[in-house]
Amino acid sequence: MTPTTTNTRRQLLRAGAGLGAWLLVSPAIANSTSGDELAAAIRSFAAGAPVRSGRVLLDIAPIVDNGNTVPLTVSVESPMTAGDHVTAIAIFNERNPQREVAKYTLSARSGRARIDTRIRLATTQQLVAVARMSDGSCWSHTVNVNVSIAACLEEVV
Amino acid sequence: MARTLIKSPASAKRGDVIEIHTTIGHEMETGFRPGDDGKTLPRDIISHFSCHYNDELVFEAELFSAIAANPYIAFHTVATVSGTLRFTWIGDKGFKHTESVALQVT
Repeated sequence: MTPTTTNTRRQLLRAGAGLGAWLLVSPAIANSTSGDELAAAIRSFAAGAPVRSGRVLLDIAPIVDNGNTVPLTVSVESPMTAGDHVTAIAIFNERNPQREVAKYTLSARSGRARIDTRIRLATTQQLVAVARMSDGSCWSHTVNVNVSIAACLEEVV
Repeated sequence: MARTLIKSPASAKRGDVIEIHTTIGHEMETGFRPGDDGKTLPRDIISHFSCHYNDELVFEAELFSAIAANPYIAFHTVATVSGTLRFTWIGDKGFKHTESVALQVT
């Protein structure tokens, strides 16, 4: 009888430990799922080109009081000539209901690669701006934003 | 008719890069928010914006639910010749709005 009891106790402890580990791991899983979606959205925009960090500046307040309207600026280092210019800029988020925020089409006629807009943020999360150049290369900048009042949940005043 | 606010220079020198600010009154209902009855309110957003310079497309934007209400977009273009800048907003439920401003290039 004694060995059986020990076994049961061990199994119970093991199961308990497993449950604890599962609880610890599950938020990480949730994060990595939205992170995977983010990576997939960026890959699809880059259309096969490797996305390198640099040349892009995503300017947004690191701490946001109200997620309903958050000003941001994306600017890209580029001479914006016929031979070397930005063809597209896209903004992605990690934890809104949808990964895409906006996509802009530019050309040499833009003269300057800079976009200003106002966005919604559902929660504290990562934002990524990606620029596609006329030579097909893609560049990005990732920023973490802390959000106090979430968009989507609260009524818009 | 939706209300718009456009800030664009009336004149510019040839070759100057001009900045254009646009805002349009629109609630941009996300399609993810519950209404008073608990049911999700259907999406009603502006999903597309474009700027034509003398009928040539010079800037385009695809917008998603994460764009704040009364979408604000600022962008740039090179002043080439005198003419008209035409802005078009297209969205859900057949939404379409067009505005034009004149640009004098010297």
